[in-house]
Amino acid sequence: MRLTVNGTSREVDVEPDMPLLWVLRDELGITGVKYGCGIAQCGACTVHVDGIPVRSCQLAVGDLEGAVTTIEGLGTPGSLHAVQAAWIEHQVAQCGYCQSGQIMSAAALLAENSNPSDADIDDAMSGNLCRCGTYPRIREAIKAAALTLRSA
Amino acid sequence: MGRLKTITRRSFLIGSVAIAGGVAFGAYVVATPHANPLLEAAGDGEAAITPYVLINASGITLITPRADKGQGAYSVQAALIAEELDVELDQINIDPGPPSPAYWNTALADEAAAFIVPSGGVAERTAHGVLSAVMKTIGMQITGGSTTVPDGFIKLRQAGAAARETLKMAAARETGIAMAELRTEAGRVILPDGSSLSYMELAPAAARITPPQDIALRGPSEWRLIGKPMRRIDIVAKSTGTQSYGIDHAVDGMVHAAIVLNPAQGGPMNGFDASEALAMRGVKDVLQITGGVAVIADNTWRAFQAGQAVRFDWGPAPFPATMDQHWDTLSGSFTGEFEDSRQRDDGDVDISFAEAPGLVSAEYRAPYLAHAPLEPLSAIVRIDTDAAEVWTGTQVPRFVQTNVGKIAGIDPDQVTVHALYMGGSFGHRLEDEVVKQAAEIAVKLKGTPVKLTYSREQDMTHDFPRQIAMARMRGVVRNGQVESYELGIAMPSVVMSQMGRQGMSVPGADSQIVAGAWDQPFAIPHHRVTGYRALQLAPISSWRSVGASTNGFFYNAGLDELIYEAGADPLAERIRLCNDDNARKVLEAVGEMSGWDGALGDGRGRGRGVALTQSFGVHCAEVVEVTSTEAGIRIDKVWVAAEVGTVIDPVNFDNLVKGGVIFGLGHAMNCEITYTDGIADQSNFDAFEGMRMHQCPAIEVRGLENGARVLGIGEPPVPPAAPALAGAIFAATGIRLREMPFSKFVDFA
Ligand code: FES
Ligand code: FES
Repeated sequence: MRLTVNGTSREVDVEPDMPLLWVLRDELGITGVKYGCGIAQCGACTVHVDGIPVRSCQLAVGDLEGAVTTIEGLGTPGSLHAVQAAWIEHQVAQCGYCQSGQIMSAAALLAENSNPSDADIDDAMSGNLCRCGTYPRIREAIKAAALTLRSA
Repeated sequence: MGRLKTITRRSFLIGSVAIAGGVAFGAYVVATPHANPLLEAAGDGEAAITPYVLINASGITLITPRADKGQGAYSVQAALIAEELDVELDQINIDPGPPSPAYWNTALADEAAAFIVPSGGVAERTAHGVLSAVMKTIGMQITGGSTTVPDGFIKLRQAGAAARETLKMAAARETGIAMAELRTEAGRVILPDGSSLSYMELAPAAARITPPQDIALRGPSEWRLIGKPMRRIDIVAKSTGTQSYGIDHAVDGMVHAAIVLNPAQGGPMNGFDASEALAMRGVKDVLQITGGVAVIADNTWRAFQAGQAVRFDWGPAPFPATMDQHWDTLSGSFTGEFEDSRQRDDGDVDISFAEAPGLVSAEYRAPYLAHAPLEPLSAIVRIDTDAAEVWTGTQVPRFVQTNVGKIAGIDPDQVTVHALYMGGSFGHRLEDEVVKQAAEIAVKLKGTPVKLTYSREQDMTHDFPRQIAMARMRGVVRNGQVESYELGIAMPSVVMSQMGRQGMSVPGADSQIVAGAWDQPFAIPHHRVTGYRALQLAPISSWRSVGASTNGFFYNAGLDELIYEAGADPLAERIRLCNDDNARKVLEAVGEMSGWDGALGDGRGRGRGVALTQSFGVHCAEVVEVTSTEAGIRIDKVWVAAEVGTVIDPVNFDNLVKGGVIFGLGHAMNCEITYTDGIADQSNFDAFEGMRMHQCPAIEVRGLENGARVLGIGEPPVPPAAPALAGAIFAATGIRLREMPFSKFVDFA
């Protein structure tokens, strides 16, 4: 089975019902995408499929249609996405375990809506749990990233 | 991380030692009680060296032995060393160091002592001495109790200063220039002519010098780092998906394992049939372990799936099957037979009650709660003939060594522990079941690294949760004031349950039973707080703020009922009763920040509540404002003030306080673990949700710095959150909430 991840075509030999999450983590060694619940409740596993935010724990790899982007493909320490730069500037992370998913959800929101209201942020982000409680900083960072993207 | 494992522990037992071309600096000699006033808590006359700075040709490494569960402990510890060492945070590596008695946590011992005896007295000091010695003896290199900062504030700076002065001495010897003419900056010793020598160059010479012991630490006016906003050393990695956590770690040749244990936690397995599982793709084996089985596979998901295909015959849980029985046990514990402590007994409550025209009384409940850090637990263990290696995120590396050693049949010192980054803990990683289970598997697969990953369901249903607890209050009001307040609290002993699993007992009362209640800064004329130690029920463990997580709610909720009965204002009456200057300032601060002008209750659905809890030495007050809407209670805003002596990093402080408030509010809103037939009813975040983004209020934080002691802030914001929320909901709706979670009685928007 062939899939495109972060711009690279990859071959995997797995059963089609294996969730994309585990194909990425265990078969391809892409660990920026996290396992938190496995039942679409926490958002830690959020990736983009053709730009749409998807809970990769719920997507059987056999049902995948489109190119996958994980946090590693969004930006890198040397070449940050605007959302990542805002996350660093606002020092959002505590344990950081949820933040890959938070950043992927936020990046998808901003790609659709470059000037989100608080209610828009609530709608886009309420599927992403943060057990450390970094929500206030996530909100600030999203607004800062939106500003950067609008003035870019 | 972990490269220090090659340095033997023995090498730390002298002042500064040459290590493969480098030098390791100890902090100071722990000598007699009077030799070093900084170390009175450790004063048992035994010499030891604590090593925190390693310099060699490849760079400067700061040892940060307190685990970073996400609270920024690595950055804070590094900053304290760097402050005196004169290095920048981007010049250094950090390493948690090997598990070693040298890193024992004296502040945690202090806190344990404070559990047992009143503050400030001779008895307390004696108990501190005894417990510190005990902690040192057993080498409890524990991260917990918000002690990283109090434990390290002096000793880490002292370590940095000793290393700096030694490097200057080395430079003086090399150059013949007097030490007084040398200064240090950014990892270099600067000579009078402006040229400089790097610490790395000086390391071999420094290794031959005995570090000076009594260096005066710099005062606050000279601090470069402390008190200024810092950039966490892990912030880029944690914003780019490049931070590797325990669950991400891989070791060559490892196999993946998942376990299935009796869902009735701790119950026996009478039999199992794994034939279907063994036929599944990627499954290598199914092995019996204590209380269940382990599936060995080539992929985490395949191991999870195969675990679900095993059929079992389970026995019953070793604790009462229904919640009614748990509550009945607590309810029956308010008797002399179960009395554990009565550390506060001011005035004469009994006479006051006898003379009063009427008593106010109420009963409160707090449920079991899972820790549920977002990263499920995992561990990699490899066991060889006379060595074992462990890769995991843990707060108790010494326990891990001991327990893996036992399972492998080798000495604890033959077990190497690599401490990995943790995706949260909240006390979960004070337990080491996951490591023991991985070791049980690894001992059967000698030489093969076994990575055991918990499913969320395993993690939540087999957590050792926060204690269940109940409280009973009686009180009297007179002339608009609170005159008499009696609070009894019943819970099983967390310390007994937790330490019992490590084969230890803690003598005397378990003051966690009354933590956050007996020692509150209020001078109520007749005041008594009694702890009752209920029989052990489900196994329990320390959950962020431990006893205070339940008792902060009980104490403030009871006080609120009395203040209401007196017709007084919840904030004004607390300030009137307050007998501690720092606590009063904290209350006044939240009053000013919130523009407090009463609890509202203006008929338009708005309401405010206030609470103060002193826990871990920190006075923390919170005002919560809610609105009762069509969709339910909406939490609009929270104001928090806390007294911590010195705020080391204002950014991290703000983040931790907000996180603590959200943690306290979220669990009070909608979380509980309950048991049916001894099986936890909640197994994932659909049934144990906490707070989500759309429910998160605006939070305003202020750190006060009036106190003499420097204190940690990881836990203290949690206890006042629930009672302040309950007070706000009462003001808004008239509904008095006496049991958590509040979602049993009101809806949240
Ligand atoms: S792991 Fe997919 S939503 Fe939690
Ligand atoms: S930062 Fe820890 S779960 Fe979000």
